[in-house]
Amino acid sequence: MRTLFPHSLPPRFSMQVKTFSEACLMVRKPALELLHYLKNTNFAHPAVRYVLYGEKGTGKTLSLCHVIHFCAKQDWLILHVPDAHLWVKSCRSLLPSTYNKQRLDQPAEASIWLKNFKTTNERFLSQIKVQEKYVWNKRESTEKGSPLGEVVEQGIMRVKNATDAVGVVLRELKGQSSLGGFRLLVAVDGVNALWGKTTLKREDKSLVAPEELALVHNLRKMVKNDWHGGTIVLTLSQTGSLFKPRKAYLPQELLGKEGFDALDPFIPILVSNYSPKEFESCIQYYLENSWLQHEKAHTEEGKKELLFLSNANPGQLERLCAHL
Amino acid sequence: MAAPCVFWGTAVSYRLFLGGRVSLALRQGVWKAAAAELQILRLRHTTGVTAKKNVAALKRETYTVDFIKKQIEEFNIGKRHLANMMGEDPETFTQEDIDRAIAYLFPSGLFEKQARPIMKHPEQIFPKQRAIQWGEDGRPFHFLFYTGKQSYYSLMHEAYGKLLDVEKRQNQLQAKGLFSEKTKTKDLIGSRWLIKEELEEMLVEKLSDQDYAQFIRLLERLLTVECSAEEEEFVQRFRRSVTVQSRKQLIEPLQYDGQGMAFSTSEGKRKSAKAEAIVYEHGSGRIKVNGIDYLLYFPVTQDREQLMFPFHFLDRLGKHDVTCTVSGGGRSSQAGAIRLAMAKALCSFVTEEEVEWMRQAGLLTADPRVRERKKPGQEGARRKFTWKKR
Repeated sequence: MRTLFPHSLPPRFSMQVKTFSEACLMVRKPALELLHYLKNTNFAHPAVRYVLYGEKGTGKTLSLCHVIHFCAKQDWLILHVPDAHLWVKSCRSLLPSTYNKQRLDQPAEASIWLKNFKTTNERFLSQIKVQEKYVWNKRESTEKGSPLGEVVEQGIMRVKNATDAVGVVLRELKGQSSLGGFRLLVAVDGVNALWGKTTLKREDKSLVAPEELALVHNLRKMVKNDWHGGTIVLTLSQTGSLFKPRKAYLPQELLGKEGFDALDPFIPILVSNYSPKEFESCIQYYLENSWLQHEKAHTEEGKKELLFLSNANPGQLERLCAHL
Repeated sequence: MAAPCVFWGTAVSYRLFLGGRVSLALRQGVWKAAAAELQILRLRHTTGVTAKKNVAALKRETYTVDFIKKQIEEFNIGKRHLANMMGEDPETFTQEDIDRAIAYLFPSGLFEKQARPIMKHPEQIFPKQRAIQWGEDGRPFHFLFYTGKQSYYSLMHEAYGKLLDVEKRQNQLQAKGLFSEKTKTKDLIGSRWLIKEELEEMLVEKLSDQDYAQFIRLLERLLTVECSAEEEEFVQRFRRSVTVQSRKQLIEPLQYDGQGMAFSTSEGKRKSAKAEAIVYEHGSGRIKVNGIDYLLYFPVTQDREQLMFPFHFLDRLGKHDVTCTVSGGGRSSQAGAIRLAMAKALCSFVTEEEVEWMRQAGLLTADPRVRERKKPGQEGARRKFTWKKR
């Protein structure tokens, strides 16, 4: 489990995992729907995009994790970006890109991501071979045909080239998944960050647009469905988004016109609050693990109170129960 | 009557002084001479004393007879002028009309109601003064003057006299054999005895607690025995009616919308937030505030708990649907306003007993707390500036 999700579980859920010493997800309709689609995908067609959207706290990220887990069990190659917002927000180090003078690099984030990517997909790194020669600097270069693992290592060791390493990885995977050696799952959480605004500034205090970040640029290319042999599952998130109103949850609102056009043919999947049965089962789960200590929690009235207060919102329920 | 006493005292000392001087010479016929002197002195001093007393008592006296009469005349004339000004009939111009007219002509923004301009009958404005209790010769009018509390003792005397009369009558009846028991509890319900302050105001005299208690005991004893109409009237003078507090909560009538679903509307306020809630009878516990789900409108749990309170109290958590609009105030006051509106609307779906429970729980009372004004010389409403020793 830890190899699969080295960095990517939402913090509250990981705390719950630690408390209960077991990672337990509720199987809900949106996830089931997605898995059904995944099972029936035709890999000859271009990659289908699925967008999970919904109000705050309804379970989009956890559904994504569910899908990732499923795909990992089926031996797909997972390209998981836990939160794209982290790449457009507070970044300490911005360097002008070595590859392309107009773009900016983010060595820190890129290296972290590469490390996690390595932990997730150990097996594939030796299998996939690079198809071009990449020159990092005067002394180092990667030959054609060397395993992808080397590129990743290069990125981790030479932090300055980490962003370019990421770009290389993405390009290779895109090209090679079409060949059919493996199945690629691109899972991005908070995809609306790629088309929103950033809060990063250059040294001369001018704002940076997302296109000028190399990571964002490469990821956008990844999310475009001009390759086949895999799927793209995306999640919108308002929590980390910049300059978006709190109540916005529709794709149109959060992605903006640019993002919506870029992602245009996609399948939206709404993730909503718990249904009564789901709510019941969630409460039962907490009760079994003796998480709810209040004496009224067992009774019907207590459940009704919880239902009213959280309005069947999973996030709210979790926060409520944490204090009870 | 401290003032006359003082004067009397000095007069006495003066007299004694004179008497002393006179008696230095002769001892035997001195008393007669002294008595004659005293007479003369007393006459002289009474005039002197009354003259002096008039000066001091003018301050109190001027409120009483002539001055008050003049004030009453002026008040009446003023009342007619006011009626003319307002275009109403001077003959039927009541005190409420006067109050309204004054509030209209002199609008005041002062918070203290007693500081605003008033125009009332002089009897209500000038405190009741006691007229001078003694005549030209210095002899007091009332026979109980020297007790100190003449009106109180005279009242007690009267009441006890009545009691004795009643008992005598009863004894006579008993002797004749026409005695009959009668209980008189019905007079006591809905009325209360005068309180000590009211009795003091009536008698224009200071009383002590024991005096008051004694008086009330006497009246109650009078009530226990069978008494005639005039005694009843005498006792009723000292009882005030207690207004039965109308505890009825205005219950909104139910309305029915297109589909036949019953609903009820009401409003609520808290601080500066106003809310209007429409509670539908059958529903699943969804609440919409200004068109937005209450979970999104009130992200804080505390506000949602406030909304939950009326339903939870009546055990109707998932049974009603609510649509409400709210404006003004902050997040907490909006939650309070909606809570009040919902509780009031729920009254129409609920039994009278439960309405009474809600009222006792405080769900139906508007919270009177408002922001206190900042005062000059202080930093806030209560906070003072930092005190520096030097």
